Amino acid sequence: MSMAFLGWSITIAQMLLGLAMLCALWRLLGGPRAQDRVLSLDALYVNAMLLLVTFGIQTGRTFYYEATLIIALLGFASTVALAKFLMRGEVIE
Amino acid sequence: MTRWLPHPLLLPALVILWLVLQESLSLGHIVLGTAIALFALRGLAALKPEKVWIRFTSAIPRLTVMVLGDVVRSNIAVGRIILSRQNPRRRSGFIHVPLEMRSRYGLAVLGIIITATPGTLWMQYDSSRGELLVHVLDLVDEDAWIRLLKDRYERLLMEIFE
Amino acid sequence: MTQAPDLPLWAALLVAFLVLFGASVSLIGTVGLLRLKTFYERMHAPTLGTTVGMASILLASMICFSALQSRIVIHEILIELFVTLTTPVTLMLLSRAALYRDRSEGRERRDKP
Repeated sequence: MSMAFLGWSITIAQMLLGLAMLCALWRLLGGPRAQDRVLSLDALYVNAMLLLVTFGIQTGRTFYYEATLIIALLGFASTVALAKFLMRGEVIE
Repeated sequence: MTRWLPHPLLLPALVILWLVLQESLSLGHIVLGTAIALFALRGLAALKPEKVWIRFTSAIPRLTVMVLGDVVRSNIAVGRIILSRQNPRRRSGFIHVPLEMRSRYGLAVLGIIITATPGTLWMQYDSSRGELLVHVLDLVDEDAWIRLLKDRYERLLMEIFE
Repeated sequence: MTQAPDLPLWAALLVAFLVLFGASVSLIGTVGLLRLKTFYERMHAPTLGTTVGMASILLASMICFSALQSRIVIHEILIELFVTLTTPVTLMLLSRAALYRDRSEGRERRDKP
């Protein structure tokens, strides 16, 4: 019974993080320039990672930890690759 | 000894990282972690990194506490800027900070600190002139920011790394 | 409808507060991505989520799993460490790319006084 507030606060936090992902997605689709899109993709990754952590708390399962770690790694690698591409893509032009 | 262990601090750091990741203190994981760490250090030695020189003084805990406090404070400041109605008088801009620090590791830590505090962003570092370009979200007084970065962080970092 | 781990009261209170707080800070940071005017201003916004937002949610996770398994679980520190070390790298690369693109297009957006 006393745990109802915990369940609700985790659910609300997940909604807030989902809303944050929508904001990042909005900027990703509409961002005026390419660097805006890369920046919001990075923000999207971070929020998705936090969302996974809250899922882990909600279910009490530990395998979400590995998934979180992988998302962090992939987010870093992809953002670096895209930022590199922004520079090199123009050098060739 | 130095051929096998060019970076004496990195070996225990990597072993601890492995043990935290595995959440175990068993002998098997200690042996396995040490083997992996030695292997990784061999790979690192091929890159011939510059020698790390760290002085363990009271500057390290002082810097840590100060940075943590600054991170929280600047989080509040930037959150307030985002949530309040856009003030046309608020100005953001670039500042040029002349740095005396030349240690690469010190500069790397300075980069992490500047980026981790919202409101300041490391843009570019010119190593020939030792000049750092920082973007500041709420630029009131240019000289005050330069003095802040130099007095608060650079002095302590130079105590640690140089 | 809602699901929650079976925690003692003190841990439940702490976890609930930290999760809500971290999610709100992270949301404020991402809203900044929409509200701020120029690209260089927008680059400041997501760092809210990667510092205080992430730290408090990961702290909640540490408290939750330590209470659930009645031992100390701290491997979330590795995520914190990894993201703190890598965010400057991505932002530096991105800012350099943005500066380069602005300069090569002759758009000196250096908003200098």
